[in-house]
Amino acid sequence: MAGAVSALFLLDIKGRVLVWRDYRGDVSAVQAERFFTKLIEKEADPESHSPVVYDNGVTYMFIQHNNVFLMTAARQNCNAASILLFLHRVVDVFKHYFEELEEESLRDNFVVVYELLDEMMDFGYPQYTEAKILSEFIKTDAYRMEVTQRPPMAVTNAVSWRSEGIRYKKNEVFLDVVESVNILVNSNGQIIRSDVVGALKMRTYLSGMPECKLGLNDRVLLEAQGRATKGKAIDLDDIKFHQCVRLARFENDRTISFIPPDGSFDLMTYRLSTQVKPLIWVEAQVEKHSRSRIELMVKARSQFKERSTATNVEIEVPVPSDATHPNIRTSMGSAAYAPEHDALVWKIKSFPGGKEYMCRAEFSLPSITAEEATPEKKAPIRVKFEIPYFTVSGIQVRYLKIIEKSGYQALPWVRYITMAGEYELRLI
Amino acid sequence: MSGHDSKYFSTTKKGEIPELKEELNSQYKDKKKDAVKKVIAAMTVGKDVSSLFTDVVNCMQTENLELKKLVYLYLINYAKSQPDLAILAVNTFVKDSQDPNPLIRALAVRTMGCIRVDKITEYLCDPLQRCLKDDDPYVRKTAAICVAKLYDINAELVEDRGFLETLKDLISDNNPMVVANAVAALAEIQDNSARPIFEITSHTLSKLLTALNECTEWGQVFILDALSRYKAADAREAENIVERVTPRLQHANCAVVLSAVKMILQQMELITSTDVVRNLCKKMAPPLVTLLSAEPEIQYVALRNINLIVQKRPTILAHEIKVFFCKYNDPIYVKMEKLEIMIMLASDRNIDQVLLEFKEYATEVDVDFVRKAVRAIGRCAIKLERAAERCISVLLELIKIKVNYVVQEAIIVIKDIFRRYPNTYESIIATLCESLDTLDEPEAKASMIWIIGEYAERIDNADELLESFLESFPEEPALVQLQLLTATVKLFLKKPTEGPQQMIQAVLNNATVETDNPDLRDRAYIYWRLLSTDPEAAKDVVLAEKPVISDDSNLLDPSLLDELLANIATLSSVYHKPPEAFVSRARTAAPRPDDEEYPDGGETAYSESPSHAADAAPAPVTAAGTSAVTHAAAKQPAPPATVPAAAPVPDLLGDLMGLDNSIVPVDQPTTPSGPPLPVLLPSSTGQGLQITAQLVRRDGQIFYNIQFENNSQIVLDGFMIQFNKNTFGLAAAGPLQVPPLQPGASARTLLPMILFQNVSTGPPSSLLQVAVKNNQQPVWYFNDKISLHAFFVEDGRMERANFLETWKNLPDANEVTKDLPNAVINSVDATIEHLTASNVFFVAKRRNASKDLLYLSTKIPRGIPFLIELTATVGIPGVKCAVKTPSPELAPLFFEAMETLLK
Repeated sequence: MAGAVSALFLLDIKGRVLVWRDYRGDVSAVQAERFFTKLIEKEADPESHSPVVYDNGVTYMFIQHNNVFLMTAARQNCNAASILLFLHRVVDVFKHYFEELEEESLRDNFVVVYELLDEMMDFGYPQYTEAKILSEFIKTDAYRMEVTQRPPMAVTNAVSWRSEGIRYKKNEVFLDVVESVNILVNSNGQIIRSDVVGALKMRTYLSGMPECKLGLNDRVLLEAQGRATKGKAIDLDDIKFHQCVRLARFENDRTISFIPPDGSFDLMTYRLSTQVKPLIWVEAQVEKHSRSRIELMVKARSQFKERSTATNVEIEVPVPSDATHPNIRTSMGSAAYAPEHDALVWKIKSFPGGKEYMCRAEFSLPSITAEEATPEKKAPIRVKFEIPYFTVSGIQVRYLKIIEKSGYQALPWVRYITMAGEYELRLI
Repeated sequence: MSGHDSKYFSTTKKGEIPELKEELNSQYKDKKKDAVKKVIAAMTVGKDVSSLFTDVVNCMQTENLELKKLVYLYLINYAKSQPDLAILAVNTFVKDSQDPNPLIRALAVRTMGCIRVDKITEYLCDPLQRCLKDDDPYVRKTAAICVAKLYDINAELVEDRGFLETLKDLISDNNPMVVANAVAALAEIQDNSARPIFEITSHTLSKLLTALNECTEWGQVFILDALSRYKAADAREAENIVERVTPRLQHANCAVVLSAVKMILQQMELITSTDVVRNLCKKMAPPLVTLLSAEPEIQYVALRNINLIVQKRPTILAHEIKVFFCKYNDPIYVKMEKLEIMIMLASDRNIDQVLLEFKEYATEVDVDFVRKAVRAIGRCAIKLERAAERCISVLLELIKIKVNYVVQEAIIVIKDIFRRYPNTYESIIATLCESLDTLDEPEAKASMIWIIGEYAERIDNADELLESFLESFPEEPALVQLQLLTATVKLFLKKPTEGPQQMIQAVLNNATVETDNPDLRDRAYIYWRLLSTDPEAAKDVVLAEKPVISDDSNLLDPSLLDELLANIATLSSVYHKPPEAFVSRARTAAPRPDDEEYPDGGETAYSESPSHAADAAPAPVTAAGTSAVTHAAAKQPAPPATVPAAAPVPDLLGDLMGLDNSIVPVDQPTTPSGPPLPVLLPSSTGQGLQITAQLVRRDGQIFYNIQFENNSQIVLDGFMIQFNKNTFGLAAAGPLQVPPLQPGASARTLLPMILFQNVSTGPPSSLLQVAVKNNQQPVWYFNDKISLHAFFVEDGRMERANFLETWKNLPDANEVTKDLPNAVINSVDATIEHLTASNVFFVAKRRNASKDLLYLSTKIPRGIPFLIELTATVGIPGVKCAVKTPSPELAPLFFEAMETLLK
């Protein structure tokens, strides 16, 4: 049942080892490098390869970030979910340290990289990945103190994400409720899948060890408390909490209580699988006058209340890759041909509710086509937008109580925003 | 916080090592440190700097933590190549392990464990002992892992020095991180040891469950993974455990969620309350769905696991099929896995929507994905009878797009659909024939040829079509050649006119004289002989009805499935293989008892289709070849279309050729006894030999109770028996023991039987074909009927709660009802007693108006249960029998058995 990885590799885009840490002495870097180089050579697009590959007694698991591959090699039946997630966390930690994780930053900081790899994993078992706390005892400063540091209490504490003794002059909490709408509409105009993924993103600037309690208009909680659902209560399908939230307590009485980490983190995410009306509906009529030109007529309609306004709307309509000579007119916003995406990109800065805008575009097509025409890549229409001060779910933060033994008053700030997630409408 | 370490990589090439040596011995701290950094940089880019060993080790005694870490790193890398010099470091290590700074103590013990040099290991023991009891939890958690390191190097030393006991004590440590690492270390040590070292008692269980709430996310995974091995004592304990684990489903870390799911599924096996089980299923669905919003690599692992979970508990995600619809930007490996799960979850309710999706995917650009989507449509057609027609019309639409690989794939799956629903959809053949010229892949060609041969009488120009293929016969791959041979024979038998006659001669000639493929040659010879001796028999063989195929090709064997579920989230669950299949390090753990059932540990990820199911179907003609051919045939299984005959014939042919070695000789006499048996071979057809026989169950074993009666005028001896492939793979477990029979004498014997020897696929059938021969007479063939009740095993009894739960967990589609007009229940008690004797166990009864309802359970090998409801009026013939089972296709056989038992 148990299992650990044997080594962790940081590889460049061609699969050559930049830095590696051998945890168990039972895999060879040369072999791993050879295998992985072959793998990415064979596959034009490394993303198409499954992230778990077996070769000659060794399992390689990898992820890619910018021009760096992070890969583990294992000879045991290790926990694949845990290791792959760990690799993503390693990326987060490196990003925290070096701003961006790429080949250059790894070279520039290889000493710290070794130190971090030693601290984050031991004998192939993930140990500790809280960047903020790690940076308390593994520092990059050129002139670090000669006086030896101690491991922060947090490394082994039950509260492993926050150090003691944090002090702020002004105690503040910012809470952003961000909802992403995912929608998939098929070519018949039917919504075949829609859901909302929400996140409560927090930025805390609080002194000491504050105890926080968050109240939402959660139907289960309100009903349990016997409060008739005056106002709007909502059902959340699946809630996931940051490790600071006491899960057993939530399971018992739906109270969300926690000691927050310092700085920004996602307190919770949730999912709603109820049918969502597409907030922005897009229709595209494509007329192909064979082998000469193609005409597009795109209609966009906002289907939310007039008092809300969508901002930074971006509608991407695919066009054939060999289209040329665009001729574009819009009734609002600006549209341009983006050949690198094989798409027409229509941007509308401000799109109030209950409005409809149009965009017409005409492209020339080459008169000669290849004999064996491979099917065109059928990309969907994709839409991006943001609607501030609005949530699809109707979620509301009823209160955020902050209690610290020094008794300070803290100010919570709450914002709501809805944005497009994977918002795809398939073309006819 | 960007650094400038890259400068250390650019040292002067010339005289590099001596230069570094000098710098390492510099009296200036900064210069020394820079030199060590240069050494590490050189090591990082793969240069050999081992010759600087002494100089680097000399820098070890420093107050500077960063420098110390670098030297330690160097040691880990080069100690092995300089074992004698590594000793130099020991003193500093030992000293550091007593440093006032816990970071240094931990660093020392962590690094020493990584230096895999025997001489050092001995010196590690004392510091380790101290560090395991250190005041600082950071040191203890590092020491805990170090015990596992030491065990890996020298297990004996660990046991001798009592480290295991100390490690076990750490399970009760007050620090959750220490507990988690101790659990990880113990679990690993247990994996490498045959002795029970880390046994989870109910006491440790509750300790660990408490620690679960407080340790880091990674620690939670260690604990959950270790605890999933724990077997609860009873349903109540299981429920308690589950209750404490379910909050983990809300954790943001996907690995924690998956490990919690694993543990819940393990405990659910024990929970009897159907309400609790249903509730848990409901609770697990949303977290599983949410895993699909994670990073694609995690999604991939989640999907491989969901595949297993759906096989075990289809209800959990029955209504969530939409979340598996592919997104445009999903990586291809995610799309492939989603497709697989979509097929599993497809039902009559959602098939229209699913087909629209498949159609959409079939027009994408990735060829593998498109092919899989087309294949998926075919598999849905085979799985869902009522949707078959819609599936076919989608396939036809796709064929019209005329994308070459889509057309070929569609033809392959349509052949399977024809196999599944014979004589139903041949109206589309004309459309298929339009694409004939574009076929260039062997499998597609072979499929098309099979279709032409199979429906030769309805295709006006079948002969022309086949002829066009025949021109290139010698160049075709074996798969196509075999198909062409069979199809031509079919055509000839259906249209015995001049054209086909010439064709058949050309083909037979080609296939016998000009080929060196034994499969092809042997098959051609058999056809040739059949056609020349008895064309009618040839018809019976070649044009016989074929067994129907089903889409179970992707389902895992239940015992493998259970093992994989116990390994959720691990590589084993990603590969769908048991850990032993890929873990390379030798393990001394107890071997699994049922190893031999899946020696190759499951299928590769994407290679499956109904046609594979059919591949395994009896390919009689091939099998009928000489035994010399058998291994070749096994390596290169004939495609389903090569199954032109019902099962019995091949053995007949094999026997005729006298080449079948598996006929067992008869040597020892046995005594006849017992009641009369059904006559299977009357003496009128057996030239005086009468054979009566029946399958019976005695003492938990299946026997073939067979009696021979010699009514001829000669002594018969040398009896041998053979069974053809059958649904249950029944075969003789030993030789048939019958003495030489004098005229007028008879002999009866109990032949022990074994199951799953030569299993025929296709729909279950009660047909058991037997061949018996002796030294005086020709081979006799006769048919027997397999009575399922001989398979009812002794441990089929089910507790009431278990019965209810199982009943509810099985989908309604698995319930089959039949009236048994000839059955009668004369007395409830007597019937129960009688049924119990036949291993059909009583669960409960109730009365409803004048009717009595009896609930019973029974089980057949491989753990397939049957849950039975009998409704009858006492004393009046006619019993209504409802049965629910994971294998509803066995229901007809089951009803036959029940009718026999209730007569």
